[in-house]
Amino acid sequence: MATVTFDHVSKRYGPEVVAVNDLNLEIQDGEFLVLVGPSGCGKTTALRCVAGLEEITDGQLRIGDRVVNDVAPKDRDIAMVFQSYALYPHMSVFDNLAFGLKLRKTPKDQIKRRVDEAAKILGLERLLDRKPKALSGGQRQRVALGRAIVREPEVFLMDEPLSNLDAKLRVETRANIARLHQRLETTTVYVTHDQVEAMTMGDRIAVMRDGLLQQVGSPQDLYEHPVNIFVAGFIGSPSMNFATTQVDEGGLKLGEARLELSAKAAQVAADRPRGSQVTIGFRPEHLELLNGEDSGVVKIPAKVDVVEFLGNEELLHADAQGNEIVALVSSDRRVKVGDLIDFALPIDKLHIFDPETEKSLTA
Amino acid sequence: MSGAFGDQALEPPARTTSQRMARFVAKTPIHIALLAIALVWLLPTIGLLITSFRPSEDVLSNGWWTVFTGNLRFTTDNYQSVLGGQGMLTAFLNSVSISIPSTILPLLISALAAYAFAWLEFPLRDTIFLVVVALLMIPVQMTLIPLLDLFAALGLNRGFLMLWIAHTTFALPFGIFLLRNFFITLPRDLIEAARMDGASSWKIFTTVVVPLSVPALASYGIFQFLWVWNDLLMALIFAPRGGQPMTVQVTGLLGTYGTEWHILAAAAFVIMLVPLIVFFSLQRYFVQGLLAGSVK
Repeated sequence: MATVTFDHVSKRYGPEVVAVNDLNLEIQDGEFLVLVGPSGCGKTTALRCVAGLEEITDGQLRIGDRVVNDVAPKDRDIAMVFQSYALYPHMSVFDNLAFGLKLRKTPKDQIKRRVDEAAKILGLERLLDRKPKALSGGQRQRVALGRAIVREPEVFLMDEPLSNLDAKLRVETRANIARLHQRLETTTVYVTHDQVEAMTMGDRIAVMRDGLLQQVGSPQDLYEHPVNIFVAGFIGSPSMNFATTQVDEGGLKLGEARLELSAKAAQVAADRPRGSQVTIGFRPEHLELLNGEDSGVVKIPAKVDVVEFLGNEELLHADAQGNEIVALVSSDRRVKVGDLIDFALPIDKLHIFDPETEKSLTA
Repeated sequence: MSGAFGDQALEPPARTTSQRMARFVAKTPIHIALLAIALVWLLPTIGLLITSFRPSEDVLSNGWWTVFTGNLRFTTDNYQSVLGGQGMLTAFLNSVSISIPSTILPLLISALAAYAFAWLEFPLRDTIFLVVVALLMIPVQMTLIPLLDLFAALGLNRGFLMLWIAHTTFALPFGIFLLRNFFITLPRDLIEAARMDGASSWKIFTTVVVPLSVPALASYGIFQFLWVWNDLLMALIFAPRGGQPMTVQVTGLLGTYGTEWHILAAAAFVIMLVPLIVFFSLQRYFVQGLLAGSVK
């Protein structure tokens, strides 16, 4: 087992395209790190750099203490699970699992033992004689995982391994991979564009955008203290609401409504020039219907335009002084389309962002 | 890929007899057209086959179609004289000795080259590939004299080796072109997975690329075999005395026995026999291989 260190790593294609831009990231021994971001953000390229499938343009990449910039993939002692699984279609499941070990000239009995062990962990014992085309999507996915674990590598790399599974199987496999990681404790770098996967699986999450690392932290950290509008909007489902407010005498105004602020937020507002604008952010699940005269809450007036009933909860789409917002509230079916209501937001759940730099002013 | 999942039947089956009839009738013009084309195509071959079994006097006095009007005299004499007396057996063995190495060599070399062009990275790769493809345009006839000069300079005598080299050289551009374009359709992830599993380029070639490209390799092999087997020009120029393949031998028959059509017909059929066997035994790959690159 080993750490993986990106030390000012860049990957450029020609002079124009920068896929990974000066990435600094240290992945701890045994950690499950999720690289997440929208497509084209450089997360897969970063992973492929670790794999050795892409050469890095600048910087240093270390696995453990060893600089691996120029080390061939096969000598890096890593295993990768591909999005497409990339099973060898002409080989049985057993041979798929054993391929890497055979190439490393592992003794036959040991190959057999390790393949059987991996097959047992993944529930593939009865499928070992089958060819990949005779397997279901979920089974293929497990073979792909198995091919990585039989090798007992220092680091696992996983490139969106769940994206070809249907929703139910994805949830199931997500838990299986988490269990597998707890059992093997192998350093894992996991790439996904799905923030739910990132939140549920990662010890830490690294959010990327346009080749740049935005923020690294625990899921809770990213959820509670996003450093900029991008991370705030990317992490959490449904996404965070944003609204433009005016800085007023020691406070913020959303349209005509004056917002109640925490001491910290008030300080932020006080530091901004009067009349300038700031972006506020708040999560749909933190909004409630204002109940009488609650104190310690930010009051946000809005007009409901769509109500989506989800069972025990409702999604209220509303217009707050020209800003589209969404609220996730428990469904007591009190609110109708067209109602003018006040939402209440706990005072410490309000984020304030600089609209120019998009950076958080409250994190 | 056919098999377990019944992916071959895309049309819903006709439910009633009348529906089935309607469909059959609707397709009748197509069937008739296809039959007509097939018949026109086959006619010369059928004529040749019948002629090859007719006695010489019949062949010279009336047409092969008279067998359909009751002229039913057949003999195997023609085949006996072809295989026995005319040195045809030696020619047959010569053909085999020329064709097999001239198929295997280009197959091996172009598969390796195609793999490099498809999956290895080296400077000017695509430019070199274009040059190779451009070589397809060079007519064999133009190169015969320079080639003979070159062989002479190398101290080679007329012989099988010359033929093997010549056939291989001229087969390579097409082989590399065909196989490279097939190899490149293999999923990149597979090749990379093998690299991650620790396979060297050579191992990837032998354990992943070749097993997955059997249809393409087989079709190219068949193609090349038929080409060499049917070749006359190169054989006339490079084949040593006593080493002539069947094509040369049969043209010889034309010269020597200008009017002995019955012998010629039998000889032509003996030549065709091997390609037919090769074709029918490997046709599954042939069809698959030609489609394999384009669909997917």
